[in-house]
Amino acid sequence: MNIVVCVKYVPDATADRQFESDNTVDRVGVDGLLSELDEYAVEQALQIKEKRDGEEITVTALCVGPEKGVDAVRKALQMGADKGVHVVDDAIAGSDAIATSLVLAKAIEKIGPVDLVVTGMASTDAAMSVVPAMLSERLGLPQVTQASVVETQGNQVRIKRDGDSATEVIGGTMPLVLSVTDQSGEARYPSFKGIMAAKKKPLETLSLSDLGVDAGQVGLAAAWTAVEETAARPPRTAGEIVKDEDGSGATALVEFLASKKFI
Amino acid sequence: MSEVLVVVDHVDGAVKKPTYELLAIAARLGEPSAVFIGPAAQGDAVAEAVKAYGAEKVYVVDDAQIKGYLVAPKAEALEQLVARTSPAAVLIPSSAEGKEVAARLAIKTSSGLITDAIDVQEGPVTTQSVFAGNFTVTAKVTQGTPIITVKPNSAAPVEAAGAGVVEQFDAVISDAAKTAQIVASQPRQSTGRPELTEAAIVVSGGRGTGGNFEPVENFADSMGAAVGASRAAVDSGWKPHTFQVGQTGKTVSPQLYVAAGISGAIQHRAGMQTSKTIIAVNKDEEAPLFELVDFGVVGDLHSVLPAATEQIIARKG
Ligand SMILES: Cc1cc2nc3c(=O)[nH]c(=O)nc-3n(C[C@H](O)[C@H](O)[C@H](O)COP(=O)(O)OP(=O)(O)OC[C@H]3O[C@@H](n4cnc5c(N)ncnc54)[C@H](O)[C@@H]3O)c2cc1C
Ligand SMILES: Cc1cc2nc3c(=O)[nH]c(=O)nc-3n(C[C@H](O)[C@H](O)[C@H](O)COP(=O)(O)OP(=O)(O)OC[C@H]3O[C@@H](n4cnc5c(N)ncnc54)[C@H](O)[C@@H]3O)c2cc1C
Repeated sequence: MNIVVCVKYVPDATADRQFESDNTVDRVGVDGLLSELDEYAVEQALQIKEKRDGEEITVTALCVGPEKGVDAVRKALQMGADKGVHVVDDAIAGSDAIATSLVLAKAIEKIGPVDLVVTGMASTDAAMSVVPAMLSERLGLPQVTQASVVETQGNQVRIKRDGDSATEVIGGTMPLVLSVTDQSGEARYPSFKGIMAAKKKPLETLSLSDLGVDAGQVGLAAAWTAVEETAARPPRTAGEIVKDEDGSGATALVEFLASKKFI
Repeated sequence: MSEVLVVVDHVDGAVKKPTYELLAIAARLGEPSAVFIGPAAQGDAVAEAVKAYGAEKVYVVDDAQIKGYLVAPKAEALEQLVARTSPAAVLIPSSAEGKEVAARLAIKTSSGLITDAIDVQEGPVTTQSVFAGNFTVTAKVTQGTPIITVKPNSAAPVEAAGAGVVEQFDAVISDAAKTAQIVASQPRQSTGRPELTEAAIVVSGGRGTGGNFEPVENFADSMGAAVGASRAAVDSGWKPHTFQVGQTGKTVSPQLYVAAGISGAIQHRAGMQTSKTIIAVNKDEEAPLFELVDFGVVGDLHSVLPAATEQIIARKG
């Protein structure tokens, strides 16, 4: 069985994230890492492999991203993925979700017949939550998304999730695309052994031409959306802060609410 | 004038407020048409509801053959409707399902996609709030039919008499679209309070509640507010995940957000930073959330909130 887990390399959310002058994300000047939400995807891929003890299962971590994106693949290998694939090509910079999903889909097809594509619920930079559905559409595979609990049996996959208005159980037959939330279970830390073992695992670097994707289909110029302006949010003017002494806090709070006509 | 398709957000034919917000936006871009995907029998009632907010046409896509399957059939139906109507834009609510339908529709129609818009003006030009609310960006779709998902509370509903002409639209759904199945579904029980993402006021509690949400809930009720929670409170099992506000919970953008016993981690701020007015009650004056507030009380929520609740109730008499 072949499992591909999609891992995005993103600017650290706790750092000072910035845009470049062409309105693309600064992915070089800010420290990057494996999107935290994709750690949950790696974890679920590994758990599926572990639960299906005795079957031959390969977990391949796939990243489409800049040179440094290889760090995201390495982290997944350290956690326990078996193989890494990094698609890197200058032409990809500035791609929108449409193009990103195209490159991911082509890479998944190249990796071979895949039984399960596992993704995070959203990236921590753009947080669109659309790539899993786009992959499902492009690959012609069922999607079972936003899973908080994952179970597989034979070629059946069942997930539980908090839908928009109901708690749902969704079922599908492999091959399919699965996305998991941060409710699915804590992601493991790489062990020292894992870190050492990762150094010997196969890590393949692919370019667009390796995937048969035309450079004109991706990147900023080919994007079907264009960011026109970016503006840092003006700093909030310092609000009024009071210390609660003998109930004065509640009175001040209620007066503030009344002055703003909330009561 | 070109039509603008608005996908109706509803639960069992009961139209939800974001639909009216989308109709108001649609009117800026062209002629608003509502698309109702649901039981055909509910079509007329839905049409009545949306025509009062300017819907000129109401396409009813009977869901008898697609109910029970995930988003793919809905995207197929919309693809066929887009081919029929060549709309100026398609507006979809920014729910988890809405975004997935939009994602598939964008690929199917070779169109650009913008998600989580907080404003849409003529063009259409969208505004998004990104990087946990630290940047505001404006963007445009440059290819195909602009497909835009819009967050709740991004526009005020506008009452306007639309023609509300109902048209049944028979979509042809392929078997290939019916591959992911809803095996079981348990509708969320109503809390009797406003819905988190739509509420004008949200009061959230965090680890600082120590598990006792009563002060938070009583205060919320005195204000007619929805109740939310931080992930720490959810992970502790004090509230279900559906209450979570933040990056991996709900994004809220109410008129007023009150955070009690919440420190203000970046992932929490990502879900509430665009609230119009922000209040925090926290014992620790160094809590990062105080950097965002319009008003803050340094104090124990277990005494501040009950006292405030009492005064509010007294004032409302
Ligand atoms: C602030 C900002 C705003 C943006 N707005 C838009 C927009 O409105 N429209 C648009 O089309 N594009 C937009 N983009 C670009 C878009 O985010 C990227 O193309 C991105 O790679 C795909 O979307 P996502 O990161 O939101 O993925 P999501 O759909 O949120 O990601 C879900 C999962 O897909 C997988 N995944 C996503 N990208 C990769 C990758 N490169 N490599 C491996 N796995 C991956 C991961 O498993 C991830 O958890 C924006 C980007 C930024 C930073
Ligand atoms: C990938 C990822 C996704 C995440 N997604 C989310 C998300 O969606 N939403 C979210 O909220 N978090 C999210 N988090 C977690 C986030 O990083 C924080 O851990 C979390 O927000 C902390 O919750 P808290 O503020 O309630 O708890 P704490 O940070 O522990 O803060 C508790 C606060 O309560 C105060 N306090 C204690 N007692 C009292 C009292 N009696 N009266 C008043 N104040 C008191 C303390 O001074 C403190 O400031 C995510 C984290 C990760 C890694």
